[in-house]
Order: sequence, then structure tokens, then C-alpha cells
Amino acid sequence: MTQDRSGTGLDRRAVLGAVLTLVALPAAGQAADLKPEVEAAIREQVGGAAATDGGIALRTPETAENGAFVPVTVSVHSAMAGDDRCRAIHLFATNNPTPGIASYSFGAGIARAEVSVRVRLAEGQTILAYAVMADGSVRRTAARVAVTTGGCLT
Amino acid sequence: MTTPRIRVPASVKAGEAVEIRTLIDHPMETGLRQQTGQTVPRRMITRFEAHADGEPLFAADFRNGTSANPYVAFIARFTKTTTVTFLWREEDGREHRASQRVTVA
Repeated sequence: MTQDRSGTGLDRRAVLGAVLTLVALPAAGQAADLKPEVEAAIREQVGGAAATDGGIALRTPETAENGAFVPVTVSVHSAMAGDDRCRAIHLFATNNPTPGIASYSFGAGIARAEVSVRVRLAEGQTILAYAVMADGSVRRTAARVAVTTGGCLT
Repeated sequence: MTTPRIRVPASVKAGEAVEIRTLIDHPMETGLRQQTGQTVPRRMITRFEAHADGEPLFAADFRNGTSANPYVAFIARFTKTTTVTFLWREEDGREHRASQRVTVA
């Protein structure tokens, strides 16, 4: 006896296609918004692996009074033991004169995949954080920061 | 002008997660900034490294978006008494160092 095991009568390929479209759309939308030099900087530091959302958090103020010193904390969900390790975190500014903020790499003695730093932002913009894991997978997240007085980059 | 300041606990429990905070006084001039019509010359620390008894513990590559007086905090654990050494390297090769012994009780 042949029967649709999902019990919904929906074609499985159609459902899968719809799910993939839903997953792919936000990422494609964000990528399209990036300036070419930001994309190039990400490619140079992070590589070409597709990044997934989740497992990484970016803590920033919603509004930074002084763009010259904006506190940022990135934490990555990782046991930092065995194979479950975060190798590096990369930060990018999407609307500074140059996009690079910094890259941070973790050795064996690190207890948590977390780093707190201060960045400078020329104006209100989105900060991007990428985490490269020991298995080669890449996670990403973004945070919008409004800036009252821009950091003096130029 | 380039005085490192580090905050590392002198005594920890084995395996305990402890925060290590570092800061160095430095202008981190990008070479993009104008002052009274003149470009302020570039002067950047581009590399920071922390080692635990000589083993790589943490490292950072600073780019233009890192603030002046770069501050970095990270979380380490120690299983034995360890000497943590810190190095900040400027783009032109100048180096600044600090170190702290962490006793595991």
C-alpha cells in the first residue's frame, strides 16, 4: 500500500523547497546590502564558507554617546573542549572608512569563547561578528549601533 | 605614552574561568585623520599576543576600527601556576611587554 507518510498531501519536494527559500532569503538580503569592500574584507579574514546564524551573540549599546570608544562583547556558544572549540572571532564595521575592526584567536587555555573590546565607529551602523569554529563551520551575527558623536577616523 | 595595563588575578583555583583584562595607552592613528589641514601620520598597534608559559593563549590583529588605547578582555583557565606574558607590536616593529604570574592554589 502506498501512502503519503506526511499525511498532508503536500509534495515533499515542494515543502523542502519552500523551507530552503525561507532559510536562504534573510542571508541573501543581508549580503546584498553589504558594500563591496566590506564583502572583500570578510572574504579575506573569514574565507568563503557559508555562515549560519545562531550560536553567537554580540552585545553592544543601542546608542553609543562616543563613537571613538564603543564597548562590544562577542560570545560564542562553545564548550571550548575536545572538538567543540571556537578558533577565532572577526569583527567588521559596515560603514567606517575601512571595514576591519579586529580578529581575535583563542588558544587551548581559553575557558570561554568570549571577548570584550572597544571599537570605533565613524557613524551609526551595523557591526558584524563572525566566529570560525574548529570544524571549519562559520557563525555570524549583526548588531545595529546608533552613534551620537562619531569616532574620529578621518 | 605606551604603558600597558593588565589585570590578571594573582591567585586562582584550578580550572576556574578568570577574566584577563588588558589595555595599552596608544593613539592608534589610522593615517586617515586630518588635523588643521594635515594628515596625522599612521601609527598603529596591529598585533597583540598573550602566552601562558610560552603557549599561545590569545591573540588579536587590530585594524582601523579598534579604538585608541585598545582594550581587550578574555576568559582563561589555569590548571597549574603559570606565567602569562603579553606583547603589543606596532606596525613599525616597536614592541611593548608585560607579564604576570598566576598562582594556582
